[in-house]
Amino acid sequence: MVGKIFKDFSLLSAILILVILVAIFGILYSYASDAIHTFGWDFLTTTTWQPGEDDDGGIFGGYIPIVGTLLATLIAMLIAVPIAMGIAIFLTEVAHPLLIKPVSIAIELLAAIPSIIYGMWGLFYFAPIIQQSFGGSGVGLLTAGIVLAIMIVPFMSAITKDAMNTTPGVLKESAYAMGATKFEVIKDVIMPYSKTAIIGSVILALGRALGETMAVAFLIGSIVKLPSKVTDPTTSIPVLLANNFAEAQDLELSSMFYLALILFAVSFIIISFAKFYFLGRKR
Amino acid sequence: MKKLLLGSVVALAVATSANAEALKGRGASFPAPVYKAWTSAYNKATGVQVNYTPTGSGDGIKSIKKRIVDFAGSDKPLKPEVLKENKLYMFPTVVGSIVLAYNIDGVKDGELKLSREAIAAIFSGKAKMWDDEVIKKENKDVKLPHEPITVAVRADKSGTTFNFTYFLNKINPEFKVSKKPEWKAEKVVAGKSNSGVTANIKQIKNSIGYIEYSYKLKENLPAAKVQNKAGKFINPTVKSFQDAAKYASWTKEKDFYAIIGDPDGETSYPIVAATFILLPAEKAEKNKEVVKFFEWAYKNGDKVAADLGYVPLPASTKDEIAKYWAEKKIK
Repeated sequence: MVGKIFKDFSLLSAILILVILVAIFGILYSYASDAIHTFGWDFLTTTTWQPGEDDDGGIFGGYIPIVGTLLATLIAMLIAVPIAMGIAIFLTEVAHPLLIKPVSIAIELLAAIPSIIYGMWGLFYFAPIIQQSFGGSGVGLLTAGIVLAIMIVPFMSAITKDAMNTTPGVLKESAYAMGATKFEVIKDVIMPYSKTAIIGSVILALGRALGETMAVAFLIGSIVKLPSKVTDPTTSIPVLLANNFAEAQDLELSSMFYLALILFAVSFIIISFAKFYFLGRKR
Repeated sequence: MKKLLLGSVVALAVATSANAEALKGRGASFPAPVYKAWTSAYNKATGVQVNYTPTGSGDGIKSIKKRIVDFAGSDKPLKPEVLKENKLYMFPTVVGSIVLAYNIDGVKDGELKLSREAIAAIFSGKAKMWDDEVIKKENKDVKLPHEPITVAVRADKSGTTFNFTYFLNKINPEFKVSKKPEWKAEKVVAGKSNSGVTANIKQIKNSIGYIEYSYKLKENLPAAKVQNKAGKFINPTVKSFQDAAKYASWTKEKDFYAIIGDPDGETSYPIVAATFILLPAEKAEKNKEVVKFFEWAYKNGDKVAADLGYVPLPASTKDEIAKYWAEKKIK
């Protein structure tokens, strides 16, 4: 009896997730349909976001926010992945046992900081430093990317560390007994063993970086313009949505739902690609 | 943080007044500080609750057209035809001003003099460096760096931008009057709302941007002297705003439709803007309550407005508005 209730309940929960996913897609699509009919696929290559006179019509294109989102995420991943791996390896294999606990706690605390705090810190402290050392206006793609990286590092390193810790001691000891160096053990035993979890952590972090709104809104400069240098300001999909939602109407509103749909699709594609490509191969 | 606080205050106000007959308004964020001061003083004096949510002029116009609020605020006046079409009444409340605030090492408040030509050059991207000839010409005694200019603008659609571009358009018709124009300057950084732009100016060296006067006061940012129509360089002060407001030509026949930017007068600060209230014509009873509030504010709110950096309407305009109310039978 209890078993049946439990089975039904878990089935219901699982179905609910699917229903929500489809419902979100459906709603986004129906609100975006106006813009989809007006702009079609050209939306993806149009570089203007300009409402018409008196809020009537206008030309809206998603190219710049899409590129901005991908570039900021790319910068963040390029910086964050090696650092996160370094932290995880340090904590599992190198660090003195007394050091492990405090560093791990610090990382977990860092992961718990709300994103708006990263944004404020980035703007008030970090942006002037970037302006001094790299030129530009202080806020821009690079600043947003670096702060995004700082935000996702704790995420990745915490999961990776836990995964590396599950490597059986016997495996490592056997490798050492064969004369392997520490580096070889990490490279040939621990990394392959925890590969799945590492990739999983990267995917999770990627998802967070793609959709991050508040911190990036403070730091990216929010200008609908293609960056020509890495320090130039530009915009990203979530930032453009957050900045313009309150005042947008009709076609602009619909275009924003189109953008949201694209972000939804991009996240979905990247994450499922990563999942099937890296994790699917093993099976 | 201030925004957050403000948000929670508004939320609290909404929560505590849920059962009372509260008047609901939303729209322009430009006059929000003064409306907030007025509503709380009015509540203390009469016990009537008025809630105003600063969501932006565009949202205010949208909301009042859909009749989901009792009144709306807008920095952009609607033309009499548009008002008629949507069955709305309109009247101004206060005059505010927009200053050009900057962040240049060693240049203090009021030291930078910006000619009309220089402002157009900066915001169109023709002047790329601070020591450009067009800026240097009027600032011989100021040490301007050979650094690129970063222009700070609004990321959202805004009545402040509408009024600023109106001024730019008066200088050079190449600028389009818009709530969210395409900026042609080389280095542009956008922030959300007046506070976002203010934060950007504060943080970015060699930047300049347009913000509402009270934000300059609050953050103590240096602001430029601006050349007015008569050719004089005018410091942004309440006095120079008052001088500018005298030249506004509001008439009840035109529902007070007038954009007052770039007025005449030797002592007028040029970038001024009025902000307006929109009322739904058919809701006579509710309108009377809203009008009662603004009548009270015109009578008792001048000092508060001035303290916040706004200019109260001239007495003659207030009389004209009273006549307008009587004519529309909402007083």
